[in-house]
Amino acid sequence: MIGLTHYLTVAAILFTIGVFGIFVNRKNIIVILMSIELILLAVNINLVAFSVFLHDVVGQIFAMFVLTVAAAEAAVGLAILVTFFRNRGDIAVDDASMMKG
Amino acid sequence: MESLVTLLVFAPLVGAIVAGLFGRRIGDVASQAVTTGLLMLACGLSWYTFIQWTWGHMEPFTVALAPFINIGDFQSAWSIRIDGLSAVMLVVVTSVSSLVHLYSWGDMAEDDSKPRFFAYLSLFTFAMLALVTAADFMQLFFGWEGVGLASYLLIGFWYKKSTASAAAIKAFVVNRVGDFGFALGILTVFWMFGTIQFAELFPLIASKAGTGWVFLGHNWSALDLAGALLFVGAMGKSAQFFLHTWLPDAMEGPTPVSALIHAATMVTAGVYMVCLLSPMFEYAPVAKQIVTLIGAVTALFAATVGLAQNDIKRVIAYSTCSQLGYMFFAAGVGAYEAAMFHLFTHAFFKALLFLGAGSVIHGMHHEQDMRRMGNLWKYLPFTYAVMTIGTIAITGIGIPGLGGFAGFYSKDTIIEAAFAAGQHSGVGFFAFFIGVFAAGLTAFYSWRLAFMTFHGTAKWGHDAHHADDHAHAAHDDHAHDDHGHGHDHTPHESPLVMLIPLGLLAIGAIAAGFVFVDYFVGHHEAEFWRGAIFSGEHNHVLHEAHNVPTWVKWAPLVVSTLGLLVAVWVYLIKEGMGAAIAARRGPLWTFLYNKWFFDELYDATFVRLARFLGDVFWKGGDQRIIDGFGPDGVAAVSRAVGKRTGQLQTGYVYHYAFVMLLGVAGLLTYALYQWSR
Repeated sequence: MIGLTHYLTVAAILFTIGVFGIFVNRKNIIVILMSIELILLAVNINLVAFSVFLHDVVGQIFAMFVLTVAAAEAAVGLAILVTFFRNRGDIAVDDASMMKG
Repeated sequence: MESLVTLLVFAPLVGAIVAGLFGRRIGDVASQAVTTGLLMLACGLSWYTFIQWTWGHMEPFTVALAPFINIGDFQSAWSIRIDGLSAVMLVVVTSVSSLVHLYSWGDMAEDDSKPRFFAYLSLFTFAMLALVTAADFMQLFFGWEGVGLASYLLIGFWYKKSTASAAAIKAFVVNRVGDFGFALGILTVFWMFGTIQFAELFPLIASKAGTGWVFLGHNWSALDLAGALLFVGAMGKSAQFFLHTWLPDAMEGPTPVSALIHAATMVTAGVYMVCLLSPMFEYAPVAKQIVTLIGAVTALFAATVGLAQNDIKRVIAYSTCSQLGYMFFAAGVGAYEAAMFHLFTHAFFKALLFLGAGSVIHGMHHEQDMRRMGNLWKYLPFTYAVMTIGTIAITGIGIPGLGGFAGFYSKDTIIEAAFAAGQHSGVGFFAFFIGVFAAGLTAFYSWRLAFMTFHGTAKWGHDAHHADDHAHAAHDDHAHDDHGHGHDHTPHESPLVMLIPLGLLAIGAIAAGFVFVDYFVGHHEAEFWRGAIFSGEHNHVLHEAHNVPTWVKWAPLVVSTLGLLVAVWVYLIKEGMGAAIAARRGPLWTFLYNKWFFDELYDATFVRLARFLGDVFWKGGDQRIIDGFGPDGVAAVSRAVGKRTGQLQTGYVYHYAFVMLLGVAGLLTYALYQWSR
């Protein structure tokens, strides 16, 4: 029987992969965006799982909101990325350090 | 009379303000005319006052103008005090000043900032008049500093010339040393008597005679201390031994300035002060001895140095220094009247010599080195005549009992007074011998100057000149090349506007002696001074001076003639002997040529020490400690902190994300911890 624990475990694994995707990846900014999506999905799974577990539909509604926001965020992030690429000709993470003090 | 003397004192100030503030607007000629005209007015009024004083039986009076400083017992007022001393000084100051103003029309004709020059000259005259008419120490000090300021401004008049700027600063700094003593003296007087008004102070002095202060286990006579401190001020202003170094350097200024300030008037302020304070010095025997000693040493020192100098103005400067020494030892032995008399006659013949030298320099196109002159009498006949008169006056040529030039009366009176004082004190006897000896030296260097300049072979020809072109260029620093004569170096006589003052001063140099001898030091002495000069009850020096042995009366003349003969031998008959002596560079010549090595001595001690101290405070105190811990330190710390914190910003996205994660983890941990409790 698949219980709450399994969902949470999957979500935790996804979250960890996402976090590592941000930190370990030194190549590509797109990978970072994808990792953020992963983290958000992990959160969504958590929300849906608890919604079912607690018989509260608010969690699922909230998950829909998160999906929407994530879509918007992905759109904005990709748009920034395209502009960034046009300006720098490169989207390597290690080169994007203009905020260095 | 009161309004007349007020007008007299303030006329030069008005001239200075008009020429100084509006000189550019009204133009050169107008500023010259205004200052000179007002000075002539002041001069006329001074002579009127002087004549009223001498023959008109005018009583001494004081015009109270306005309060100056009133703090508790310290009461000081602006006022104009007219008595015998100030009447004499008014005449001296305004006569020489107005003639110098007039002379400057010619001498400064090529200068491009004439209004400034005339404004300074008039400002000086005003300060000097404020000094001589002061009725209390505060105004005396005001005038004292005022003339010091004007002197500084005028020495450094050609401020683009670095030597002139340095000389101006040197004069100012050396005078500070003297003024410090002067200020301390004033404070001592105020401490003792509670007043600085001369009129209130002088009657009190006898009551405090012999008062002493115990300090460091020694009983110091208070009046001697006050007198000595005040004399330190006089030493600075009058360029006496130890504080004399600024006067020769002051010759960097324009020649009219040297004549007015550094020969005839300002440098005599010290003598005037000692004479004015005769009531105090009469009760300060030790201070009087110091005055005598310093005066005598200066008379000798400056005369010896004058022997070896080659710059025509410096020779006269040392001569001034030496004559001031005469005045001081006259005052020191108690013959204040003789000191004032010499001050009076000296003003005429020394201003004459200086302006004559200025005329020579003008005629020689700014050549000041006597070694490049010679045979000028043909080209500058009038200057030659008046310079000879001045030289005769300063060397004191005259027949005792018959008469002579101005210097004869005053200098011989001083020497006789010193001899008379020498009967009672060793210092007086010392002064007498120095006085006679220095008279011989005076004759030698004065005639040396005259012979080197006007006689002998001409050393300024075209050929002689080219070899020295580089040396000559040094004198041309102040943009005086545009003579309008092309490069014709033939000497020429000066314009009439310069010769008229010379002629008038020459009359003074001849006549000031025998006209006024009876009034200053002779039979009418008491009625002339009318209490302005105080002599103690045991002070009969002036009276005794008239009854000295015959050989004393003849000694100065004999010695002066000897000096003249030696000068004739060395510079006329055996011309070139002087140069040969100089070329040998013997130890005595080197010693004299380098002015007894005073500048080197002061440089090695005071200047180095001051520089070392300055370095310690500047580099150690200011730069290291104050700046190091203060502004610079704070700035450095904040910069370092900023740099470190700036380095936290790597610019890499994943670093920011990691920090955010850490934050989230931290917050979560905290929330869980709170929740679990």
